[in-house]
Amino acid sequence: MPQVEMTVNGKAVSAKAKGNTLLSEFLREGLGMTGTHVGCDTGQCGVCVVHVDGLPVKSCNMFAAEAEGAEVTTIEGMANEDGTLGVIQQAFQDNHGLQCGFCTPGMVMSAASLLAENPKPTEAEIRAHLSGNLCRCTGYHNIIKSILAASGQDAQGAV
Amino acid sequence: MPADGGIGAANKRREDVRFLTGKGNYTDDINVRGQAYVVFLRSQVANGVLNSVDTSAAAEMPGVLRIFTGADFVEVGGVPCGWCVTDRHGEPMQEPKHPVLADGKVRYVGDAIAAVVAETEAQARNAAEMIELDIDELPAVVDMKAALIDGSPKVHEELTSNLCYDWGFVEENKGAVEQAMQDAAHVTTLELVNNRLVANPMEPRVAIGDYDAAAGDSTLYTTTQNPHVIRLLMGAFVLGIPEHKLRVIAPDVGGGFGSKIFHYAEEALCTFAAKALNRPVKWTCQRSESFITDAHGRDHVTKIELALDADNNFTAVRTDTHANMGAYLSTFAPSVPTWLHGTLMAGNYKTPVIYVNVKAVFTNTVPVDAYRGAGRPEASYQLERVIDKAARELGVDAIALRRQNFITEFPYATPVAVEYDTGDYNATMDKMIEISDLAGFEARRAESAKKGLLRGLGVNCYIEACGIAPSNLAGQLGARAGLYESATVRVNATGGLVVMTGSHSHGQGHETSFPQVVADMIGIDPAMIEIVHGDTARTPMGMGTYGSRSLAVGGSAIVRATEKIIAKAKKIAAHLMEAADGDIELKDGTFSVAGTDKSVAWGDVTLAAYVPHNYPLEDIEPGLEETAFYDPANFTYPSGAYSCEVEVDPDTGKVTICKFSAADDFGNIVNPMIVDGQVHGGIGQGIGQALLEHAIYDDDGQLVNGSYMDYAMPRADDMPFFSVDHSCQTPCTHNPLGVKGCGEAGAIGSPPAVVNAVVDALQRAGHDVTHIDMPLSPNRVWSAMNKA
Repeated sequence: MPQVEMTVNGKAVSAKAKGNTLLSEFLREGLGMTGTHVGCDTGQCGVCVVHVDGLPVKSCNMFAAEAEGAEVTTIEGMANEDGTLGVIQQAFQDNHGLQCGFCTPGMVMSAASLLAENPKPTEAEIRAHLSGNLCRCTGYHNIIKSILAASGQDAQGAV
Repeated sequence: MPADGGIGAANKRREDVRFLTGKGNYTDDINVRGQAYVVFLRSQVANGVLNSVDTSAAAEMPGVLRIFTGADFVEVGGVPCGWCVTDRHGEPMQEPKHPVLADGKVRYVGDAIAAVVAETEAQARNAAEMIELDIDELPAVVDMKAALIDGSPKVHEELTSNLCYDWGFVEENKGAVEQAMQDAAHVTTLELVNNRLVANPMEPRVAIGDYDAAAGDSTLYTTTQNPHVIRLLMGAFVLGIPEHKLRVIAPDVGGGFGSKIFHYAEEALCTFAAKALNRPVKWTCQRSESFITDAHGRDHVTKIELALDADNNFTAVRTDTHANMGAYLSTFAPSVPTWLHGTLMAGNYKTPVIYVNVKAVFTNTVPVDAYRGAGRPEASYQLERVIDKAARELGVDAIALRRQNFITEFPYATPVAVEYDTGDYNATMDKMIEISDLAGFEARRAESAKKGLLRGLGVNCYIEACGIAPSNLAGQLGARAGLYESATVRVNATGGLVVMTGSHSHGQGHETSFPQVVADMIGIDPAMIEIVHGDTARTPMGMGTYGSRSLAVGGSAIVRATEKIIAKAKKIAAHLMEAADGDIELKDGTFSVAGTDKSVAWGDVTLAAYVPHNYPLEDIEPGLEETAFYDPANFTYPSGAYSCEVEVDPDTGKVTICKFSAADDFGNIVNPMIVDGQVHGGIGQGIGQALLEHAIYDDDGQLVNGSYMDYAMPRADDMPFFSVDHSCQTPCTHNPLGVKGCGEAGAIGSPPAVVNAVVDALQRAGHDVTHIDMPLSPNRVWSAMNKA
């Protein structure tokens, strides 16, 4: 098996991967980074979202080899350097934006990609942006609130 | 201290830190050294005779370690059913054997035929494709009513028919209900479908079997809501492993919603295979596989009749329901359409006589079992829909009709065998009217009309029964398990506590809310308390988490164990202060002698318990650890009033939820933030059922929408923000916390609100539409509006 190299959360990493090894599989099995989850087999649920060269990607829909040399960011790389929760993570905790936690890595990574391109999104823009991220626990209510809070906005209309 | 950290505080969840940083420990994150992988070969036909399974070519494939088939399990017990329903004639239900792997017959698409264990998952998958099957396909039985016609193909040849049971409740009331229907001034009739759903927790199921040959111990890691139940069912009924040689671990579990209550064959297979191969064996379910193997939910077809007198008082309710069991009886399937459904048919109303008939039917589909609410959503939906229809037929206000018939005095014994302890249905109705700004509806409707949209308002109530209990009654009703909960409270020498609970958290936040209870009782910082759950080796025998029971039953067990701790700690404190036991008071973590300035700190007492130098050894043992098993005296009865406003696009039939309000009475509240979240999630699933979700089988028994490409899961842009309120509180009278449970309310209360709102929108626009079956897809709504 060829060795695949990339940068994950700022660290150079290398692991063996077959041609058909998915990026999600590479992270979880190759690197032992199990923060990225897998929730479906059709690229629909979004729990596996990571950033590849700054763009959100469903890591179950990309081969590890395609990320050769790329800068990958996962949920494990979203905390502050001192280990405290990053702004988005903290907003999710403050607003009870997660319950079982399984979709959470994908939600946080999708939220980060939204806020990077649109620092003050409207409620409708957030909902539209999350169309590729399923959550079964929250009814999305507190996820939307969390992302509004992370962008420094009040959740108007949310009780 | 507990003023801002104990009961009633919106403490942030401690478990969130690991979930938000990728440090959760879900079952698929666990890899046991040396593990092999199992892949199941599943039936692609819904009904067929399995003549042979030829594994010879597959066995030669690279990496294959062993292939199991039904023949390997002939000597092993079947997957058991945990509830036996007795039918109208006093006979037990028909209960077919459920083999771990198919034995001579396949009965649904997804039925496991063989299990291939290999060094890698890919090798197992490749080998599974090489297995040669000889199956004589038979006609599939899919439609429940057709399944009961004489001459219909049978799902199980050894049974007399496809009828699992014909249940009447209360059978003695049948004649009185018939008479009331004849005497009624008005009878409203409604036929409806409670659509079949797939629970779809975001984490697919996973099982890892491990075997320690030296000790002869088996360990199963599994995505379950109730590890002790799995240990008992699998150990005692399937594999014959005594509990002391079997450990079940359910670590972080990514949602359950009922579908992870049940004991599944894959768990038994992995445990069995690990011993047979003397290697750990791991199975990770793919999503497309979970659609055809996780127990489905709902799937009732019902006719309901509501009789009213000339003054619009409800005089009787009669229902006739067909409930789909699927191909086999899943763990608690028989209880869902019966004891979790028929007993709720009084709803919030003082209807004097009720008769519920349920025919449970075997079909060639995935087994159906409890899904969030389990029977209670089906009860609320039909009752609240028929009341809405009755109000329209009678030309009376739907809220006024409900209020007129509300139960207002408690305790109230219903004609369907349960006794509501407390409630105030007018209060929740008033609160719902307030938070939903019902007075502003007409103005909002006018605004919608300007956009060319049809706005409608739906209102309903609900009642549920949570914390299913007591065990002796449940046993009389057919439960084959107890329904208590357990807790061990272990106080450490330096004052910290570990609470080992039989409840299991898979999103409910027990690690945060349970310490609030104990902290409040002792008067210490919740951070001093750790919760342990999800491991049969580390927790006392408990029944797990479902039916909104964790706080009402599990929390009560924690209270009882903590009471024992406090009682013993007071004896130690009395000794230390040379006072009488009865004079000791505990407040804010300090023991004092009443009427004096003598005191000792919590930590002094806990240290004395483990360093018993100055200690009443002649009276009490050293140590500070207590266990309690709490078996409740009754169900709890949360209730509420919900409203929904929708806009219907007349050109397309698309429904948009504009506003959703929920006023619930959950009794006392421990963590209001978590309660809000539970209600939000329930409403989300209820809206999903009402507008989007439907597991559809074709006539051949193929699940036609078994993926997220096709099964319409609710997404963020399908939902509005919800208004939720739980300030109406009538505490439960029979548990020490006065709590009722909040996990299922949203899913029970929301579907009728949505459907009532859509029917209202169409009626206001002049369309004579009295009912549309869920899910209210644009196609169904448009067709109803434009019917000939």
